[in-house]
Amino acid sequence: MISANLSAIFYLVSGVLFILALRGLSSPETSRQGNLFGILGMIIAVTVTFLSIGTFSSGFIFVVIFIVVGGSIGAFIAYRIPMTAMPELVAGFHSLVGLAAVFVAISAFLNPIAFNLGSPGNIKLGSLIEMSIGASVGAITFSGSVIAFLKLQGIMSGSPITFKGQHPLNAIILISIIILIYLLCSTQSSNLFWILLFVSFLIGFLLIIPIGGADMPVVISMLNSYSGWAAAGIGFTLENTALIITGALVGSSGAILSYIMCKGMNRSFFNVILGGFGATDDVLSKSTKEQRPVKSGNADDAAFLMKNASSVIIVPGYGMAVAQAQHALREMVDTLKKNDIKVSYAIHPVAGRMPGHMNVLLAEANVPYDEVFELEEINNDFANADVAFVIGANDVTNPVAKTDPQSPIYGMPVLDVEKCKSVLFVKRSLSPGYAGIDNDLFYKENTLMLFADAKKMTEDITKNL
Amino acid sequence: MEIDPLIFRLSIFILSIFVGYYVVWSVTPSLHTPLMSVTNAISSVIIVGAIIAGLSGDPQSVFNTSSIFGFLAIALAAINIFGGFLVTQRMLAMYKKKKKEK
Repeated sequence: MISANLSAIFYLVSGVLFILALRGLSSPETSRQGNLFGILGMIIAVTVTFLSIGTFSSGFIFVVIFIVVGGSIGAFIAYRIPMTAMPELVAGFHSLVGLAAVFVAISAFLNPIAFNLGSPGNIKLGSLIEMSIGASVGAITFSGSVIAFLKLQGIMSGSPITFKGQHPLNAIILISIIILIYLLCSTQSSNLFWILLFVSFLIGFLLIIPIGGADMPVVISMLNSYSGWAAAGIGFTLENTALIITGALVGSSGAILSYIMCKGMNRSFFNVILGGFGATDDVLSKSTKEQRPVKSGNADDAAFLMKNASSVIIVPGYGMAVAQAQHALREMVDTLKKNDIKVSYAIHPVAGRMPGHMNVLLAEANVPYDEVFELEEINNDFANADVAFVIGANDVTNPVAKTDPQSPIYGMPVLDVEKCKSVLFVKRSLSPGYAGIDNDLFYKENTLMLFADAKKMTEDITKNL
Repeated sequence: MEIDPLIFRLSIFILSIFVGYYVVWSVTPSLHTPLMSVTNAISSVIIVGAIIAGLSGDPQSVFNTSSIFGFLAIALAAINIFGGFLVTQRMLAMYKKKKKEK
């Protein structure tokens, strides 16, 4: 058994190690070391908790059993998961953090003596407030992440689900959560606690269903943030510094990522959260769409164009992930490089279904990270490049965002693909992208459409090079 | 007059938000996916609370309603801790620099 002061110091140490873990991610070289700091912080936190409880009763064995069972499931998933499924995995993990927070809060509510928070029916007011906030945010994180997971996994349709009176209903539920917390704290009634949990689960579900598939980067980041605030809420209840620090870190991390993603789409956070984007615009684009001529080509044409280029910029998008084309793409690039053609990759901030999605996929395919550039870094280079190879991206290349104030994506930062001498656009059909609008790029003089599956087309081009 | 310990925790919380703000802005965009998976792993330090909850039963009967929720939370958090750190490790191992002389 170690003293409360000593364990508090160790919790502080593990909190600092977690900060270093995030700090390490500022560059790929330091990131692996950062991850080790994180693991060390976790080991310290868990060990100190054991030591501070001290009595090694039979319950201790069960704790170890549950850690081993959970840990093996986690390790199994971590090694088996394909990189293209990272968004689903992260959403799934968020839901677990949320649910764990809910369970800890329930446990503390039922048995406050064990946590030194008073007695059942007479819990310290401050603790009860913190506990109910933690439980509520945890529940929202859980049900929200489950919906996000189902949408990403394709079990549930990615298109927004909207109905009349949705926003007023959500507003009423959110207000009722605040009232419930207030009543719970003044009456200590356990019935109110269960109602609070139920309502929070419900709102998490309702908040995410109206949000469409391509807005998932924002949703995942937001749920990341929520899971942090839930952990912080529980941290206050348990008076645990490691949890409070971590909760604050994760909370602000998720918030910043949401901000970056929203900025990448030039949409306000509320616009994304209120949802329904892409559902209403469909009708509009269909009625105004006229038949315009497009030039389409085959792998042979594409190979010819690239062979005669001196520099090629690759623009990957979600379609590349769906077609699992990253390895085929890298092989194509290897062939190009052998012919002394300069190749770089341009990544739009919201390409894919989560922040950094494309970067991970390219890294998986052994693309060196110093060939991969962010929008601001590379956008000026399009004017000097010979060929832009757009694979699975669409809206993020649409020049309409710069020219047409009427367009729903007006003002969104886009990659200046049209400035390239020629554009190769791999796509299965002419169908509009997520925003439901036509891409002007398809009809440009210098654009060659390659209608095919991204992976197959890339392989065919490689053969023809 | 003594200061409520809650104020100290609140100070830690607020300052950590600022630390988080600056640290996360310095994360390179290409590592945003590992950032999410590692924040996932570290937020599962909530396992600390779950362990206390799991061990809250008396030595004669390990399982009561409260401790069962604790044990469940331990399992969930453990999935996240191992899954989160390992998948981060796996991703970070893939980020390589250009091979020299090619």
